[in-house]
Amino acid sequence: MTEDKDRNETPQGQAAEERGDYVTHAKSIGSWLFSLDHKRIGILYAVTVAIAFLLGGVFALLVRAELLSPGEDFLSAQSYNQMFSLHGIVMVFGFIIPAIPGFLGNFLLPLHLGAKDVAFPRLNLASYYLYLLGVALILVAMVAGSVDTGWTFYTPYSARTGPSVLFLTMAVFIAGFASIFTGINFIVTVHKMRAPGMTWNRLPLFVWSIYSTSIVQVLATPVLGITVLLLFLERLLHIGIFDPALGGDPILFQHFFWFYSHPAVYIMILPGFGIVSELIATFSRQRIYGYMAIALSSVAIALLGFLVWGHHMFVAGQSVVSSVIFSLITYLIGIPSGIKVFNWIATMYKGSISFKTPMLYALSFLVLFTIGGVTGIMVGVLAVDVHLHDTYYVVGHFHYVMVGGTTIALLGGLHYWWPKITGRLYNEAAGRLAALLVFVGLNLTFFTQLVMGSRGMPRRYNDYLPEFTFLHQLSTVGSWIMGAGLFLVAIYLLVSLFRGKKAGANPWGGATLEWTHTGPRPDPHNFHRTPFVTRGPYEFDRIPELVAAHRDETPPDAQQNVHLNQDRT
Amino acid sequence: MANTSAAEQAAQERSLAHLKHYFVSSDQQFDAAKMGMWLFLVTEVLLFSGMFVAYAVYRVWYPEVFAVASTELNPWLGGLNTVILLGSSLTVALAIHAAQTDKRRALVVNLFVTVLLAAAFMVVKYFEYTHKFHLGIFPGEHFAYEEMGQRIVPIFFSIYYVMTGIHGVHVLVGIGVLTWLALRAMRGHFHSGYYTPVELAGLYWHLVDIIWIFLFPLLYLI
Repeated sequence: MTEDKDRNETPQGQAAEERGDYVTHAKSIGSWLFSLDHKRIGILYAVTVAIAFLLGGVFALLVRAELLSPGEDFLSAQSYNQMFSLHGIVMVFGFIIPAIPGFLGNFLLPLHLGAKDVAFPRLNLASYYLYLLGVALILVAMVAGSVDTGWTFYTPYSARTGPSVLFLTMAVFIAGFASIFTGINFIVTVHKMRAPGMTWNRLPLFVWSIYSTSIVQVLATPVLGITVLLLFLERLLHIGIFDPALGGDPILFQHFFWFYSHPAVYIMILPGFGIVSELIATFSRQRIYGYMAIALSSVAIALLGFLVWGHHMFVAGQSVVSSVIFSLITYLIGIPSGIKVFNWIATMYKGSISFKTPMLYALSFLVLFTIGGVTGIMVGVLAVDVHLHDTYYVVGHFHYVMVGGTTIALLGGLHYWWPKITGRLYNEAAGRLAALLVFVGLNLTFFTQLVMGSRGMPRRYNDYLPEFTFLHQLSTVGSWIMGAGLFLVAIYLLVSLFRGKKAGANPWGGATLEWTHTGPRPDPHNFHRTPFVTRGPYEFDRIPELVAAHRDETPPDAQQNVHLNQDRT
Repeated sequence: MANTSAAEQAAQERSLAHLKHYFVSSDQQFDAAKMGMWLFLVTEVLLFSGMFVAYAVYRVWYPEVFAVASTELNPWLGGLNTVILLGSSLTVALAIHAAQTDKRRALVVNLFVTVLLAAAFMVVKYFEYTHKFHLGIFPGEHFAYEEMGQRIVPIFFSIYYVMTGIHGVHVLVGIGVLTWLALRAMRGHFHSGYYTPVELAGLYWHLVDIIWIFLFPLLYLI
């Protein structure tokens, strides 16, 4: 007997409309802070992640401003070290790891699957608060004193420097658990919560990418957990496992750290791939080219990502044989990444492309991620890396992938789903201008760093030789342009909350379930009745009939509905 | 369902009281919970794997030091703890079986016996630790046991304390969870239609047991 499942499904029509959508149905602060609704938890993440991004961004602007001219300007060498460490730590653990899964993943995953919620809503809320606690501890560490280790916490320095390393390792440990629980939740949700008819090859590519991300989160993060726990004990009790003064091995720490932190960069970039797939399909009005190739290349990247951590340690003292092997496997990652890029381009071929703001971000992504990927292959080449290691070249490469890849994809996704999340449209002209500013600023900031790095400018220095002055100044000016673009985004999005035009249910003509089967803002329980999926996620030619069917739908035959629900696995 | 009597409907309501609204059926809810637990156990294995790697690395580098240092551990106490934990795995399995067959009394008794065995394990651990502290065997820098002066010996004990310590934390968590389940079982929360928490706690407890089965020979016997 499964009638019970229907107890919260109000019949179509009046009752549902009176109840309001997911924003308006309950208004107290508590109904947001303790909500088990995946959409509201997604919004909580969005706000927190945005604050972390602002903080990390301000640190970055300060670092760049200090580098405007050689010598110490307004930051001492020590505070410079703290600034770039905080920039790295806040951006990596506070922003870029949780941003897309926590915000868009939470909001969209059940909608994409045709489910009412994730598999474990309480665990979902707990993940959010663990993450929040982690961010709070990072801020405590900031107040408590110097964190000057960089985001990598290399021993033995991190075991000997100031006490705030204790807070930071705790923060990373806790935020790590938030990430693990989110991953478990999403994997189970994809496996067990799909609507009837939602087969694996009808999943939107965003789901595939979030699924691959979750695999990495679940398999890699525990190793980070034990690593920072050992570092915590090393700092507190001097247990000596990583401390050469006590006979320990600091290289072991690097192996542990990169066993997590290399897969972690795929935690950061894979969700971006998913967003870009959605954007390119919708704004080209084309069925995605090579659906399975894109889907499985995400999984391939997730798995290959576990086998390449040694390429961070070419000059750290590992054996030559392992360096060669790690270098070769690193090249392999270029294959699935290339498959994706070519498939996206093939999707656009002969499509009717509209250059709306989200699409501009998707196109920026294609350019920037390709630069990020190609420079990545270059630092993966054993001999070249010996020259480029610890120079600005690596900084430039990393930021092309993380800012040019993930952040740009997040911005694109934010604009694309903004009407669905808020029910409002933003100002399109301002959106395009901001996208242009960000694209120009980003290239100016980071391409100059690639050039400086290849000429031998080392990373993490607060001073430099006079011949680098011009390039450093260009890079700083670029950071201002990018900052201006991002502030513009913040302003027009906030304005649109109050003054924006009301959006319809499907302003872009998207074909995934959140566009075709929910109102302008989704219902608290997502769908008035469980969708029965009969098509793939990119069949744009069928949208008119689908939307019509959705509007006219009559209360379902109870018996038939039970039958359909029992069929799904 | 119009001809169902009110009493039958009430009985049906009660047996489905555990079903969350976002699941279609009890089976789906159970499968989801179980899959989530297995994934969590994978993360636990990976958490410990870091420590096993550290153990392996130092053991390969300094086999003779490990051979000497491990003689300080008492294999009889370790063996006793192994037997205790294996016994608790049996009782937790019996508890799951009792829940599946609606034997509430057997369920409660088996859960409490498991808790007692877990507590006994921690008591033995307590005596082992205090004995070592008494001798001055502390991890790392604070090591002060003069009979073992070699350089790497303190690292062996660091690894010993970290591995058994984190395992001990897992035992304590298990004690908390199993006690809570036993109290719920007394109030009749579990029956053959709904025993998910008992089964999941059982899975967790078996993992704690298996990790000890690896720790015991690696630290005490080899």
